[in-house]
Amino acid sequence: MKQLFNNFKKYKFLLNELVKKDIKLKYRRSYLGIIWTLLEPLLTMIVLSIVFGGFYGKSDKQFPVYILTGRLLYAYFNNGTKAACKSIRSHASMIKKVYVPKYIYPMSTILSNFIIFLISLLVLIGVAAYYRVQPTWYLVQALIPLVLLLVLTTGVGLILSTLCVFFRDLEYLWGVACMFIMYSSAIFYDPAKVVKTGYGWVLEINPIYAAICNFRHSVYGEPMDMQKLQYLLIVSIVSCVVGVILFYKKQDDFILYI
Amino acid sequence: MGEKVLDIKHVGVRFNLSAEKVDNLKDYFIKFVKKDLHFQEFWALRDVSFRVEKGQRVGILGLNGAGKSTLLKVISGVLKATEGSVTVKGKIVPLLELGAGFDKQYTGSENIYLYGAMLGYTKEFIDSRYDEIVEFSELGDFIHVPVKNYSSGMKARLGFSIATIVEPEILILDEVLSVGDAKFRKKSEKKIQSMFDSGITVLFVSHSLEQVKRLCDRAILLERGRLIADGTVEEVAAVYAEKTKEEEEGDRRRRIRRRRRRREKREQRERLKKEWSTDID
Repeated sequence: MKQLFNNFKKYKFLLNELVKKDIKLKYRRSYLGIIWTLLEPLLTMIVLSIVFGGFYGKSDKQFPVYILTGRLLYAYFNNGTKAACKSIRSHASMIKKVYVPKYIYPMSTILSNFIIFLISLLVLIGVAAYYRVQPTWYLVQALIPLVLLLVLTTGVGLILSTLCVFFRDLEYLWGVACMFIMYSSAIFYDPAKVVKTGYGWVLEINPIYAAICNFRHSVYGEPMDMQKLQYLLIVSIVSCVVGVILFYKKQDDFILYI
Repeated sequence: MGEKVLDIKHVGVRFNLSAEKVDNLKDYFIKFVKKDLHFQEFWALRDVSFRVEKGQRVGILGLNGAGKSTLLKVISGVLKATEGSVTVKGKIVPLLELGAGFDKQYTGSENIYLYGAMLGYTKEFIDSRYDEIVEFSELGDFIHVPVKNYSSGMKARLGFSIATIVEPEILILDEVLSVGDAKFRKKSEKKIQSMFDSGITVLFVSHSLEQVKRLCDRAILLERGRLIADGTVEEVAAVYAEKTKEEEEGDRRRRIRRRRRRREKREQRERLKKEWSTDID
């Protein structure tokens, strides 16, 4: 354990550099640079509000806030896990030449996506202010679903980064799975309607929905749904433990497949 | 007897060679259902043991496919040995394929930090040596240009400058570096020579006996993954020369046989042709 910690300290600078690289390069070639992080969710929110708010005649005045909260959290999970899928393969040339603990690569992509996600939350602050959502002390508890979402993304990301080394086409399958997760996360519809149709269990087993739901409660100034929080906590920790074990067991074989 | 810096005990590396590479779920599933998942075992290294003491300069000789690169990968920690143990004391700097860890979109100066971090340097260390690296690489203002616009010589120069900025305990060299133009080559050779003189341990892989004789004071010889000779350069060089001769002998015999076969075929063809033409006449 102590050795692990020392090892981590030694490579902290490398992790820093890789995270910095991801963020820097993502926006280097575009004129608006980091502004895109803010603009992209804003534009998506507008489109989704028009389609699902306007066309379906939603009466909720704060509907854009509702969409944006769901959309931002889902986008982080989606981007983080998809980047983790590619992380080992895209760093193949380095892995083959220099010894570096391999978890650095998926970790750096997951962390850089998290930082971009945190920056994109600025949009939410602006939009929430515009629609006059009153900030309350409940906002502080928003940290809990965010941290758990990071743990969950790390776990799932480690599992996927390991499996994607051995099975390249998993990336596409995961894309399909992500689509399913998106539609079952109640990003742009009212979950009560789904519950009525009898498919409520799909929402119940979706940990991303649990995170989104509790995050929304915090934004709207309501106490959290404890049952969902418990579920999210368990899924996050289990996926993280499974991810770490799987990654450590298989990491020495990576070089034979990349 | 000096201090041991490298201790390799009974190291073996096994690869699973499958006839075709199965790297996606679809193929794996189909092959699994058809029970068609064969793996062929191949030992790239087998039962290799040797020790290197501080300050020794070891040449690693062997024909193509003897396992030299695999051995270096195991020593540098990139590849894990299937069996046996490798103990390394001190910092290793591998001078293999310089600049392989560069990010193409990053500028030279950003890559100094990235590559340096990968080699395990601290930020403070790179900060303090940054000017020295830039100066040695002779890149000048190009240091602020993305690496994708570099020539291969520039990339190698930068890689060399970053990798040799530390004083490593163990230096791994794969072939003699031919970095950049004649001037830079001279400079890099001088740098390596000065590292040699400071008494570091060197592992040097080469096909050239002459280079090994010039640079090393000890040599080992690998053949098909096994260590077949270990001793002074002269001794091992003699064995190597013999092996190469044998191999060449084999090659020549094969070549002669091939030539003879070709000649026979040609004669046969001409004979047939003659018979045909006489038939027509």
